[in-house]
Amino acid sequence: MDNEALKIQLTELLPSLTFEEGGEWLNVNVDPNDWKPFAAKLKASAELYFDYLFCLTCVDWKTHLTMVYHLSSTKHRHTIVVKCKLDITTPVVETVCDIWRTAEFHEREVFEMFGVEFKNHPDLRKLILPADWVGFPLRKDYEDPINMIKL
Amino acid sequence: MYHINELLNSDNTLKPSFVAMKESDDYTINIGPQHPATHGVLHLVITLNGETIKKVDPDLGFIHRSIEKMCESLSYRQYIYVTSRMDYLSSHINNHACALLVEKALQVEVPERAQYIRVIMDELTRIASHLLWWGAMAMDMGAFTPYFYAFRERELLTEIMEDTCGARLTMNYMVPGGVMHDPHETFVHRVSKEFLPLLKSKLHEYEELVTGNIIFQNRVNGVGLLTYEDAISYGCSGPTARASGVHCDIRKLYPYDVYNKVQFEEVIETAGDSMARYMVRMNEIKQSISIIEQLINNIPEGDFQAKTKAVLKLPKGEFYQRVETARGELGVFVVSEGGTTPYRIKFRSPGFSNLSCLDHITKGSKIGDLVASMGTLDLVIPDIDR
Repeated sequence: MDNEALKIQLTELLPSLTFEEGGEWLNVNVDPNDWKPFAAKLKASAELYFDYLFCLTCVDWKTHLTMVYHLSSTKHRHTIVVKCKLDITTPVVETVCDIWRTAEFHEREVFEMFGVEFKNHPDLRKLILPADWVGFPLRKDYEDPINMIKL
Repeated sequence: MYHINELLNSDNTLKPSFVAMKESDDYTINIGPQHPATHGVLHLVITLNGETIKKVDPDLGFIHRSIEKMCESLSYRQYIYVTSRMDYLSSHINNHACALLVEKALQVEVPERAQYIRVIMDELTRIASHLLWWGAMAMDMGAFTPYFYAFRERELLTEIMEDTCGARLTMNYMVPGGVMHDPHETFVHRVSKEFLPLLKSKLHEYEELVTGNIIFQNRVNGVGLLTYEDAISYGCSGPTARASGVHCDIRKLYPYDVYNKVQFEEVIETAGDSMARYMVRMNEIKQSISIIEQLINNIPEGDFQAKTKAVLKLPKGEFYQRVETARGELGVFVVSEGGTTPYRIKFRSPGFSNLSCLDHITKGSKIGDLVASMGTLDLVIPDIDR
């Protein structure tokens, strides 16, 4: 499915979406409150069938955080990038690990590195960092006077 | 013998840092962080019911170097070489992904000679990685001889790498726009006349020693089942997913460099157990040999590197590049603000996603089977931790 056809299909699922083009794939901006039901429809829809979440990460833009989900379909071979803009002081978004199981580990990584809280995540603990670690290392304002290497 | 709760409630003992251990009455054992079967510093907290596994909880981070944060202060020429330290067994392929990303963003045309050399080196790396995996996996199951057999052939391969790249493991041979220099003058001869005939004459030994071995077959057949749907849902890629019947070979789906000019088969198995994962990798060695044979005597003349600016600046935007490493799909996601360093970089490493299915595929099986499942997932810990 090309970008135009994808846009029509996606707008049918959620009319409030905004799109960005220019990159390699179609970028879809979605409100964090709409994300979970929208994600469930992306997987369930037979025409879209986004069953493969191959990259889940977060970007710190200093004023806000952006969750970035790279989704692809192993059946139709189309790809979209879904973005959720989160508040930087209290970043909260619904988990998608019951839809794509790979999200469980990736969300735990984003949780400890960026401090994003994933609502209804079954096991939201630190994965890579020690349990007593303070701060979110991949945020832009993170400072560690001892261990940080600045090049 | 003490019960776990007696130990935990005593004031004289060290307190474990795992919440899960305190809450339940289950019997818990630790494998790692220093254990030969985890091939590095992976710590698994395993909850058992008798000999049956109830939960496997990986505890990561013992070799975490925060490569993503480090790359935010490295230039687009430097960040390539940090990635050799992620999945050190396919370091050349990691470098390839980073170089391709810069070329895609700057629209650099790579000379055909460089593309040929890159793909040959990629496949040599894949063979080296699969050989090491084969030896190490057999050692996990208690057979020590295969390790020596695998390293006997791999030694010649690392010598060829050393001649051309100057290093045996972390090759650092890529630059944006091509390769760093021409291959060593004996490269073509040693690969086509020495290495490939040697490997082809020894492959039957691997089959006889391990593949056809009834003890080995009994340990891997039907162990660690991963279904087609679960493989996709857990984000598995590479031989792990292909053993469950998923078409996911990036070289076929999204060809890069000269992969669209060579004939090779995507190795697919449908059983989804440890034996299937084993067979996929063994057959991939044969496919890699075939790819190298098609290219090695046809390397075109010309430049080995495209002309690029001394200081590379990527345009503002987001870029994603994926390649097929020996373990699966490596994705590099770069957010650029238009400067000389990435604003944010994310490495989607194959090992991280492949590890996440370990709990699922071992649940309900015996603890003795854990090593067979883990060995055939082919985990490399620096790739998981990054």
